Amino acid sequence: MHRVYIYERELTFMGFLTYLINGLSLGSVYALIALGYTMVYGIAKMLNFAHGDVIMIGAYLVFMCMSNSGMPAVVSIVISIVCCTALGMIIEKIAYKPLRKATNLAVLITAIGVSYFLQNMALMIFGSNPVSFTSVIKWEGISLAGGNLKITGNAIVTIVTCIVIMVVLMWFVKNTKPGQAMRAVSEDKDAAILMGINVNATISLTFAIGSGLAAVAGALLCSSYPSLTPYTGSMPGIKAFTAAVFGGIGSIPGALIGGLLLGVIEIFAKAYISSQLADAIVFTVLIIVLLVKPTGILGKQIKEKV
Amino acid sequence: MKILEKLKKSTQKIIGPVADTVSKYAKKVITPVVNLYKKLNKPTKKLIRTETVILALFAVVSVMESSGNLTSLMKGLLVPVCAYSLVAVGLNLCVGYLGELSLGHAGFMCVGAFTSALFSRTFQDVIPDVPRFIIALVLGTAVAALFGFLIAIPVLRLSGDYLAIVTLAFGEIIKNVINVLYVGKDSKGLHFSMKDQMSLNMDLDGMMLINGPQGITGTPRQSTFLIAVLLLMLALIVTHNFVHSRTGRAVMAIRDNQIAAETVGLPVTKYKLVAFTLSAAIAGVGGVLYAHNINSLTATTNNFGYNMSIMILVYVVLGGIGNFSGSVIAAVVLTMLPELLRGLSTYRMLIYSIVLIGLMLFNWAPGILKWREAHGLNATAIIGRFKKKEVQ
Repeated sequence: MHRVYIYERELTFMGFLTYLINGLSLGSVYALIALGYTMVYGIAKMLNFAHGDVIMIGAYLVFMCMSNSGMPAVVSIVISIVCCTALGMIIEKIAYKPLRKATNLAVLITAIGVSYFLQNMALMIFGSNPVSFTSVIKWEGISLAGGNLKITGNAIVTIVTCIVIMVVLMWFVKNTKPGQAMRAVSEDKDAAILMGINVNATISLTFAIGSGLAAVAGALLCSSYPSLTPYTGSMPGIKAFTAAVFGGIGSIPGALIGGLLLGVIEIFAKAYISSQLADAIVFTVLIIVLLVKPTGILGKQIKEKV
Repeated sequence: MKILEKLKKSTQKIIGPVADTVSKYAKKVITPVVNLYKKLNKPTKKLIRTETVILALFAVVSVMESSGNLTSLMKGLLVPVCAYSLVAVGLNLCVGYLGELSLGHAGFMCVGAFTSALFSRTFQDVIPDVPRFIIALVLGTAVAALFGFLIAIPVLRLSGDYLAIVTLAFGEIIKNVINVLYVGKDSKGLHFSMKDQMSLNMDLDGMMLINGPQGITGTPRQSTFLIAVLLLMLALIVTHNFVHSRTGRAVMAIRDNQIAAETVGLPVTKYKLVAFTLSAAIAGVGGVLYAHNINSLTATTNNFGYNMSIMILVYVVLGGIGNFSGSVIAAVVLTMLPELLRGLSTYRMLIYSIVLIGLMLFNWAPGILKWREAHGLNATAIIGRFKKKEVQ
């Protein structure tokens, strides 16, 4: 899926470190995307299959602002975040809200419909030819150990952004009123209504946050892997969803751990085993984890009552 | 006028006795058949109706094909439509009756396709056409069933969305592994490799069977529309019988309440395994049909990856969960729809997605369902209107 530029395949310690950092960088992007999945799942109990395509839209918006209008990177990303947030809320309002009380499968298929819609919309507007994305990060990066270990600016910024966003988000969910409302809704929707929580607004807010993060993830993903097409979002979307399940779906730290692990495993598998079999290896690890711990690494075991 | 009446009488004289005997024999044949039909229970009647409709459609399409009224695009779609319908029927067994969401049925289709194509390609010059296709079909189905069984053992320990993601993962693994598989044949026998073509170390007379990402080329194109329709009808009968058998009832009991079923003493794991394996086997049949309809078989995201699994799931949900004929209808309509919209070029997939979202909202949204009921637009009211007309 991704083209990973691996220049040296020696089993050196520096090589190992480089792969580890690449893996953490990719994993940070997965974690950001996985957050969108995991929060929406935790609150609305639905798999938002269109999430991967919001990433793609976000990346295209940044591309349009930067390359076509010549805006600075920060402004472009802010515009993209605002647009994606609005997009996420509109999608929720039109497609998912009417189906809130319907079966899970109906919502799932609708989400797939939305995903097709976004992809084909992008296909119509931007065409099917890949555009080459200019990195939003101009920094060359740092060089350690006498030039043996190069860390790109992309990797550093991606990892730091991810960690900052995670910390802020965890603080938000734990300490603010809307965050507490989110936790309440995810625990028991009906009880939350009785406590006077506006469930619709809370779900809308969740979609807004998830989609805003998707825009950031899109910009970061395409800075590292610069070929952008209308289908760019779908495979990272699936991988991030896997990461969310991996870490325990519904759990925010779980998304971080799942995303980072997935990214590192993917890059290591590409580097040391086989670049073609990397996806198979990632999914095999996922299956093994789920068989040992059926609710993911940080997932809670829910006992079924008779 | 007189001439006309004379003509009428003379023709009656000639045709009359013939028509009488024909109708006599027809009555002799038809009356018992009708009586037999009346005695059947409701689901069986429905099955027979579905099969008749499929046969009638087959006849119409065949006539259209032979009279040249079918565009080459439509002709190319006939067998794939049947293959997708088969996979949808298989998935419906899993989603509707086992109650577990599988996102990996394209993987089973893939296994069936590649096994059968590999067999057909290997023994292309050794075994004559007809028995080879039959063996390929049986082999493809059996290996898909075996994969279904092996995957089901760990997977069915999970439930809900976790089960869905693991089946998705299995589907992706199958696709991925086939993409790095190299198989060749020479005078010494078969050679396998997971690296590249060179590492097979074949003799000069060697022939590539599976060439990594290029897949299998030169599979004999033996899937005709007739075979596809027959297999689809057979699958409908098999699933119908399965669902209405003792095993099928047990599977449904487990779906509705696993703990209660366990308490009654049903061996839950066994029944789940049986249902999942059958579901995979039917998907495998679809794969065999698919493989023998195209010259070069490759495993990509669109034909055997999660995109396909999701597409099949769309057929199942739109056709009605647990309704096999619905799956077939949805598969036919939704495969034809983008092709019929081809004149709209770039807009077609956009329209397709809007139709999909609209249909889901129309069929499932509680608010819209209430509105439909208030305006007499719900399913029972519409069917009721038709029935009244029949009575009058």
